[in-house]
Formats: sequence, structure tokens, C-alpha cells
Amino acid sequence: MAGALVVLGAGHYGWALLMAEETWQVVGLLALAGMATIAAYKTGFVRRVERDWAEAEPQLNRLAFAVLIGLILVLAGSHFALLMISTVLLYFIASLGLNIQFGFTGLVNFAGAAFFGAGAYTAAVLGAQALIPPLLILIAGGIVAMAISLPLLVPIVRTTGHYAAVVTIAFGVLFRTFLEVNEILGGPQGLMVESMKLPGWDFYNAPNLFGFETSFYLNYALMAAGLAALVFALFRRLERSWIGLHMDAVRLDETAAACFGISVRKTKILAFLLGNLILGVSGALYGMMISFIAPASFTFSDSLLLVSIVLLGGLGSPWGGVVAATIVVLLPEKLQLLQEYRFLLFSILVILVLLFRPEGLLPRHLRNFFPNRRTGA
Amino acid sequence: MSEPLLEFRNVVKRFGGVTALDDFSMTLAPREILGLIGPNGSGKTTSFNVLTGIYGPSAGQVMFEGRDITGADPRAVYEAGIVRTFQRSRLCLSLSIYDNIMIGDTARLTRGLWSNLISRRGLEKQLDMTRRTARDLVATFSAELADRMDAPVGSLPMIERRRIEICRALISGPRLLLLDEPSAGMTHDETHQLMDDILAVRARGEGLSIIIVEHEMGVIERITDRCIVLSYGRKIAEGTYAEVAADSEVQNAYLGAD
Ligand SMILES: Nc1ncnc2c1ncn2[C@@H]1O[C@H](COP(=O)(O)OP(=O)(O)OP(=O)(O)O)[C@@H](O)[C@H]1O
Ligand SMILES: [Mg+2]
Repeated sequence: MAGALVVLGAGHYGWALLMAEETWQVVGLLALAGMATIAAYKTGFVRRVERDWAEAEPQLNRLAFAVLIGLILVLAGSHFALLMISTVLLYFIASLGLNIQFGFTGLVNFAGAAFFGAGAYTAAVLGAQALIPPLLILIAGGIVAMAISLPLLVPIVRTTGHYAAVVTIAFGVLFRTFLEVNEILGGPQGLMVESMKLPGWDFYNAPNLFGFETSFYLNYALMAAGLAALVFALFRRLERSWIGLHMDAVRLDETAAACFGISVRKTKILAFLLGNLILGVSGALYGMMISFIAPASFTFSDSLLLVSIVLLGGLGSPWGGVVAATIVVLLPEKLQLLQEYRFLLFSILVILVLLFRPEGLLPRHLRNFFPNRRTGA
Repeated sequence: MSEPLLEFRNVVKRFGGVTALDDFSMTLAPREILGLIGPNGSGKTTSFNVLTGIYGPSAGQVMFEGRDITGADPRAVYEAGIVRTFQRSRLCLSLSIYDNIMIGDTARLTRGLWSNLISRRGLEKQLDMTRRTARDLVATFSAELADRMDAPVGSLPMIERRRIEICRALISGPRLLLLDEPSAGMTHDETHQLMDDILAVRARGEGLSIIIVEHEMGVIERITDRCIVLSYGRKIAEGTYAEVAADSEVQNAYLGAD
């Protein structure tokens, strides 16, 4: 079965990429991915994968999750690999939030990092008080991100295109400046963030896996995987609901949508708030994981990075988001000589994709309302 | 005579210096099919845009079923039972035929977050029903098209897109259908086929009224009960097709424009 093969192959590939140390190994793996993709198109393998996915989507989703968990467990002893996996997953979750806004509803948001950061700062402040259970802090992070985005609703709903984009850029810059001058929030130095805690278990501890020594990041990797699966499922359900259909209608033609009873305003408000909620939740867990945050982590460049994940992966395409988040997070870490030029590199990559494959690396498919059923009448 | 379904009372619409509708009054009876004709730029589309709430009128009143709907927003107009097609087709090209037509049935659908995302039993039932309705509706127009409901609309030729736009308008079971040049880009035979199909759908329901803007006079002659002729935003003639076609001012307006 082609679909299962791809999922398993991707798991192995991820493992190899994480293990690769030398630059030539990484470059070799990238070349391999490129050639495999071309071969898959040439031999019609891609079409078989797509057919499998249409026929057995729930099973393949479950397989993908199992492969992810397997990958995490195999790498359970490596700080670095687990930190990378968790970061990719959290950026992926954030990109789903952005995708609801931009991919579904057509709302540009160039302040993604600000809402992500709002979640992280919420985790820092609430974690220090130790009044609320940390699991609720995640939700609080989302709610705070949503709350600070409320003033933006006015321009988002009233205007379209460039004007709204400029307003979100300004908001992102303002957010960062606010953090830098705010002493309570640590100013430019930033804040410590308490670790995640479940009842009876502090994520600061490294779990013991059948007597093997593991990294404490294992906690975060598993939790990020669970959260990613949850948000992914929600994202799919949203896409396959009336609300998702209405978001598409609003993006594609506001006037026609309004003429068929769709509330353009409500749809936009919902998409914007829901997206920022997701950004905030992922940011809160991210803050707890890296345990130290500063305004410099949530800049306009980081917002662009989030947008580029959405554009690279393909608007509205969650699997595209997985691939793109991996590229955006992992490549600069793996190719040290790219570190300095990473924004330049991503700009070029985004431009190339927009020029030659405007639908993204893994374009979104037509809506399949009933993935559990065989197609037909 | 029964109360009119729709009434324009001295409606004026100005765009800067252009007066697109100039003191336009008219009535439409329940179940009536009205032809709205006139040269290019005479205000036909504008009258639809004012009626459906895309533009507010500069002056005057619009009444529907005895209610004042002047300046109501497009959503309220839709909910009152008025739907339309667009002169330049406005479909979601990247979405399937199903999706496009189901967009027309918003009024009946659950909107809550909970029922859309969490507890989806009811949603799935609605989906099934709406999809079946959409498919049956399309089958009235073209059996072949009804077999391709999952195709993206962008992959279809213009004539099929017109049909889909009309299905999107009809699926909610409206009271009044506004057709803005439905035959644009179609051959003579295709146009007449399309009109027959629309009339077939109409015959199944209870009392759909239609206002049709059309340049193809054969269509107007065949299906309308009554015609209104616009020129420079003003009504210059009204009556059966035969009456307005014989009117000298109408002939002048058309000759002057062409
Ligand atoms: N949004 C707008 N802004 C400015 N002027 C407009 C607008 N819409 C229509 N007009 C003007 O109003 C007048 C009437 O236009 P309208 O589109 O109603 O004509 P029409 O009868 O539908 O013509 P056609 O047969 O070409 O479709 C034209 O002069 C047009 O330029
Ligand atoms: Mg017109």
C-alpha cells in the first residue's frame, strides 16, 4: 500500500535527518528527497498515494501518529533530536492556527509570533504564581493570545488585503516593544518559565524508559505530539464542516458569500480568534519547554517564518505544514553554515515555491466531507 | 389584484456623477416572470445590486412581501428568500460542485461551533441531505453533470458553471430568483434548454417568481409574463413583450445604443 509506505518512509527519513551530523550527509539526504519526489511523480506513485489517502485516511492518520511516537521513542535519549521534534511539532501546531486564518479564510496575519509569544509569556507569569495547574496554563495562554488580538478585529473585519497586513505588522512590532520596556515581564532580558507539570509528574524530570536513560525533552515531545494530533483533528473537522465551507466561501468571494446568507464578519472573527487561540496554546507549551523566553524570540522575522511555513506547505494543507515546519526548523540547525542566512534562504525558497508551485509543496485537496466512507453515491 | 411580492418605489442610485437608477418604480406579482431589458449600462445589474443589498439606494424604497427591505444587508435579503446569479459568474472555482451548491443552502444549516466540530451526528445528517438535494437539482439540468459532483468547478466549461450558479441559487427554495444574463456565452439551443430546466424546477415548487435580465430577445419573448425596459436608469416602457417591442421609444433606445 503506497500510502503506508510513504508514512513509514517519512518516519525513517526524519530519523536519518535528525541523526545526520555532517553537512555532506544532510545535503545527500536533501538530494535523496528531491530525487524520490521526482521519481514518485514520474512513475505515477503519487497518484497511488493520493488514492490510498482518499480511501483509508483515518487509518493512515493513525499510522502516521504511531510512526511519530515510534520516532520519538527511538530517539528518547537524545536531547537535541527531541528538542528538534518538539519544536517542529509546536511550529506545526502554530501554523495550523495561521492556516485557519490565512489558508481557509484569507486573513493575513503577520503577527503570528506575537500571539505565540503571548502564550509563552502567559506561561511564564502564571507558572511563577503556581496557582493554576499547568495544563490549564496552556489554555490560558491561548485565551490571552486571543484577548490581545481583540483590538485587531476592527481592521481585520473592516478592511482587506494590504491595509490589514500592515496593521498586523505594526501590532507585532508594538508587542515586542511592549515586552522590552515592561519591567514586570523582564524587559529585554526576558523571563524564566516553569516547566510543565502533570499531577505527580514534573516535566523537568527525565522519564525512565524500561531502565534506559532518556532526555527530559521526551516529556515535551510526547505532549507536543499529542497536542499536534488533537489540533490536527480539530483542523480537519473544521475544514469538513459548514463553518469550514463558509470560510472558503468568504476567502474566495465575499460578495457572493454574503448573498447566500453567510456572515462574512462572524466568519472572519471566528477564524481570527480561533487561529490566535491555537497560536497561544502552542506558544505556552513552547515557553515551558525552552524554559527561558525573551522578546527577541518573538520578532517580526519569526512571524514571517510562521507565514512561510503556511505558504511553503500549501494554503490550507495540514500535511504541507508538517513538511514545511520540518524544513524551516530543522534545516538551519542541521546546516550550520546556513544559520546566518536562514531568513534569506527561506525568502528565496518561498519565492521559488510561489513561482513554480504556487499551491505549495503538498497542495490542499478538495474537501472530503466523509473520509470514513468510500466514495460514490 | 393581490399584494405585490416585490416593489421598487422611486429608487435612485447614483455613483458619483452617474445616475445608474433614476426614480425607478416597479412591482412584481407572486409567481410572475418579469423581463428586465435595456441597452448596456442602463441600470439592470444595478437594480439587482440594490435589491440584494450589495449597494444601498441613494433614495427610494424597496418592499418585499410587504416588508421594507431598503438598505438591508445581503444576508437579510437572502434570508427573506431572494437569491441571484451574477452577470459575471461568481463561483468558488477551486471548490467542488457539491461545495459550491451547498453554499447556497446556508439558511438551513447548523452554525454552532459545538455541532460543527464536536458532536457531529446532526451535521452529518444535514450533509447527506443537502448533498442529495444538490445532486437531484443538478440532475434536472444535466444528468451527466450530476455524475461529476466532486469535480472542481474551475475545470468545467462556462455553460456548466452557469447551471451550477443557478443550482446554488435554487437549492434554498427561494421566493424570488434574479437571473443576470444567464445565457451569456451560450448558444441559442443551450439557452433555451437552460430556460426549460429552470421552468421545470419552478413547476415543482410553490410559486417562485423570476426577474430575468437578458439580451437574447427570443428567451424574453418566450418565458416572460411582462417586461420592463430601462434606459439610462429610467423606466421607458412596461408591458408584455409584444407591447414593449412595438414601442417606438424602446426601438430608439436600442438602436441608439447599438
Ligand atoms: N460600482 C459602480 N461604481 C461606479 N459606477 C457603476 C458601478 N456599478 C455600475 N455603475 C454604472 O452604472 C451604470 C449602470 O450599470 P449597470 O451595470 O447597472 O448596467 P447594466 O444595465 O447591467 O448593463 P450591461 O447590460 O452592460 O450589464 C453604468 O453607467 C455603470 O458604469
Ligand atoms: Mg449588467
